[in-house]
Amino acid sequence: MSASTAAVGQEEKNIWMGGTSPMKVSYGKLMMWFFLLSDALTFSALLAAYGTIRFSNPAFAGDRSLYTFSQDYWPIPERVFEAVPFLHGVSLPLVFVGIMTFILIMSSVTMVLAVEAGQRMDKAAVIKWMLWTLLGGIAFLSCQAWEWGHFIVGTEEGSTLADGTKVFGANLAINQYGPPAFADFFFFITGFHGFHVFSGVMLNFLIFYWAVVGKLERVGHYEMVEKVGLYWHFVDLVWVFVFTFFYLV
Amino acid sequence: MEEQASNIQVLPPDKAKIRKLWKIAAILGIVTAIEFVIAFTIAPGAFKIALFVGLTIVKAFYIVSEFMHLGHEEKSLIWAILLPLVLVLWLIIALLAQGDAIFMLKY
Repeated sequence: MSASTAAVGQEEKNIWMGGTSPMKVSYGKLMMWFFLLSDALTFSALLAAYGTIRFSNPAFAGDRSLYTFSQDYWPIPERVFEAVPFLHGVSLPLVFVGIMTFILIMSSVTMVLAVEAGQRMDKAAVIKWMLWTLLGGIAFLSCQAWEWGHFIVGTEEGSTLADGTKVFGANLAINQYGPPAFADFFFFITGFHGFHVFSGVMLNFLIFYWAVVGKLERVGHYEMVEKVGLYWHFVDLVWVFVFTFFYLV
Repeated sequence: MEEQASNIQVLPPDKAKIRKLWKIAAILGIVTAIEFVIAFTIAPGAFKIALFVGLTIVKAFYIVSEFMHLGHEEKSLIWAILLPLVLVLWLIIALLAQGDAIFMLKY
């Protein structure tokens, strides 16, 4: 495989058999773009479905200071996501999810720095920045694990159903925060995104490993870093939308 | 191929490019901070949602155009990626209207 890649590098003229590569990008990058486009459509469908169900449920209309969880209306996200690790019982709306957003944006930055280093054939810098990117991805996944744990376990107060039973935390059938669909969408959308982050971490590790053992240097270019980089930025991009439409709005 | 490895030229870091990347990172951070301020200062409503959507598109633009380098690719590639997403806009508008119609039926 490395032999054919190197051959393409030497004889640029034969790229794509027509002498020039369509849209002036390599085959791998173009296909990654088309994959990401199809993935964007999937995530759009999930978020649009969330919007549909949210619009078909009543919103909380009263005084916000009197807000409590209820099955009768859609929850206000900032009242659901207000816990931060080690700060038990302190209400810090959206702070933890803000930290997660920051972590993911930073790991996107270290990824472009790895790409920039790869274009200069700077093996040491590629390894350094890929390592930072990996750490960012793992940190994000750890935060998400805590976030899920807290969401599933719920608060000490829980919430009371119409028939007087108490509900704590959330599962797919019922949750203390609001209509069952709210928790379903939370698990599905952040879970699908989290699985993308997980796959991204795996791919990043592979590239990191290939850079460390000198495989990418032997191939003669670091384009694999760019291709996996595209995927990693896309994961960040999706989070930007999930952050807005699930947590902020 | 093993011989190639010995004559690899490592170029010095492109300072201007790296500075630009950090500048974009700062913009993304600041926009996120602004979103936080808006979340706790502006009353809920259509205006607030419009601000959030606008700022999200600003962030998406910088990530796709600079980090993913799409802004510097061929025009044909840019349109090949952006045009199909117009269909998504239609999907979102149609589904939100549908959600509203279901709400009217139920309540």
